[in-house]
Amino acid sequence: MSSHYEAPIREPLVLGDKSYHDITVDIAKPIEGKANKNWYMAFTISLIAFLWGIGCISYTIGTGVGVWGLNKNIGWAWDITNFVWWVGIGHAGTLISAVLLLFRQRWRMAINRSAEAMTIFAVFQAGLFPLIHMGRVWNGYWVLPIPNQFGSLWVNFNSPLLWDVFAISTYLSVSLVFWWTGLLPDFAMLRDRAIKPFQKKIYALLSFGWSGRAKDWQRFEEVSLVLAGLATPLVLSVHTIVSMDFATSVNPGWHSTIFPPYFVAGAIFSGFAMVQTLLGIMRKVTNLENYITRLHVEYMNMVILLTGGIVAVAYITEFFIAWYTGSPYENFTYMSVGGATGPYWWAFWLLILCNILIPQLLWVKNIRRSFIWSFVISIVINIGMWFERFDIIVMILSKGHLPSTWSRFEPTFVDIGVFIGTIGFFGVLFLLYARTFPVIAQAEVKSILKVSGEKHKQLRDGNHE
Amino acid sequence: MNNKVIHAIYNDDDILMDAVKKVKGAHYHIDEVFTPFPVHGLDKAMGLAPTRLAITSFLYGITGLSFAIWMTNYMMIADWPQDIGGKPNFSWFVSMPAFVPIMFELTVFFAAHLMVITFYMRSRIWPFKAAENPDVRTTDDHFLMEISVGNNEKELTSLLKETGAVEINVIDKD
Repeated sequence: MSSHYEAPIREPLVLGDKSYHDITVDIAKPIEGKANKNWYMAFTISLIAFLWGIGCISYTIGTGVGVWGLNKNIGWAWDITNFVWWVGIGHAGTLISAVLLLFRQRWRMAINRSAEAMTIFAVFQAGLFPLIHMGRVWNGYWVLPIPNQFGSLWVNFNSPLLWDVFAISTYLSVSLVFWWTGLLPDFAMLRDRAIKPFQKKIYALLSFGWSGRAKDWQRFEEVSLVLAGLATPLVLSVHTIVSMDFATSVNPGWHSTIFPPYFVAGAIFSGFAMVQTLLGIMRKVTNLENYITRLHVEYMNMVILLTGGIVAVAYITEFFIAWYTGSPYENFTYMSVGGATGPYWWAFWLLILCNILIPQLLWVKNIRRSFIWSFVISIVINIGMWFERFDIIVMILSKGHLPSTWSRFEPTFVDIGVFIGTIGFFGVLFLLYARTFPVIAQAEVKSILKVSGEKHKQLRDGNHE
Repeated sequence: MNNKVIHAIYNDDDILMDAVKKVKGAHYHIDEVFTPFPVHGLDKAMGLAPTRLAITSFLYGITGLSFAIWMTNYMMIADWPQDIGGKPNFSWFVSMPAFVPIMFELTVFFAAHLMVITFYMRSRIWPFKAAENPDVRTTDDHFLMEISVGNNEKELTSLLKETGAVEINVIDKD
């Protein structure tokens, strides 16, 4: 069929001799089968970490933010580091599903579902930190512009912190709706296959009664396209606004005009790294190696290489400008000679190593296409990107304008516990998702099977049609 | 009026597309086609009108933008103007740059959510809605064409057989 033509030099996205039914079976298998030992082990570890985190959060709320290692100068440290880190991770999902949809990248179809799930779960974790950092969590609703008993004292729309409230909540809710709309046909597939009455009931509920009429599909595709168009500027706006939390302040090191694009690139960098980490494990555990292939890994590594390059240029720019101003205050920022040789030298060099140097290995094609290497490098990037935020926040705050107030930040066990807890919570959500949700957008994969399936490509190229 | 319908089931999207064109060519009205994934060009072949959801989204977006302008003006300028950090809020236009993020986010919020709600309402999908696909295989790998039958059951059946249907069922609809 000429309408399914794709250039022969393009590698197939779906390996093996798959029929539409095979795709259904492959994607339903992890849900219909029983979990293996590895799953239970991972789940138990995540659950313990999560419970430990709940304990630490309860302790924080019960006693006060004083249980953290914060001091007069360093008024936010791990909490906002974690917040920005998680929000950054939450950028890849919508980027994959929205930006790549607009660019008609077919390879996104194997990974968009899980990347979006990751986005949503990561934004949950991110949202937790500003809330508990308030100290009085029960007053959290004060960030909303609602009439109140203080003589209608409204929220301050001039503040980037309030922009954040709007950006993150819009991002979370729109991503959720985008994700769920895409899930409807796949839930319907599971519903129509389910044998156990309880499963059938649950998936019938989740699928909203999706029937797959031609008109529904027409609307579905239009809605997906428009949502992608809306989500593209949205995803860029979110980390732009997060960066404005810093960039609009008058603090050397934070007061930087390049923060918005630099943060957005960093977010995509870390987000893709996290997708790489998760899918590296998931494709093995769920036997979806035919759908999440070396080619997908390579494409993601290319995005990592590009955004990592942007981040590296941003670091160099920050470093150069700090030196070029000749201002002594700039020598206390995270990208300066003072930063590289000061008490936090190790955090500085860890950042350079993890975010600039090691990712350069991806220029080598064999490394870029290797599952193991990609996995290892993605973890290195995750660590590096955490340290980027740590450096920006803690290094800069540790040396303010008044030398007598200079101090260091020592995390308490509560700081560490809350962070580990969010990793556990994230793990719990993702593992439950992997057992109950269709982890690949099977309806979309079916629509590209004839275009980009290995068998179909071979048949077509053999015929020289 | 006769309430009989024919369900012709296909197992390939290309065969289905050709069948739809043939059935349309023979001047039959196709009531419905159920497919497991979006088949490109099917809506045009069936003669479905283009959807206007994108237009509604645009209108919802404008609503969101207007709401954001009204809200920032009412809360920051009209109801309780404050002087925050030496930056007084006397006029909406002067303070406007600080409201751009809010205006943008609310535009997207309204455009996205109201469009999706409109889609759900128009396609009649919501929690606890019962599925209406007549055959469970249509979410897996089969394609089902539904045509209402008048006095032409035989001709229609033979036409559908010719188009490559793997299964043809005549069904009484209540």
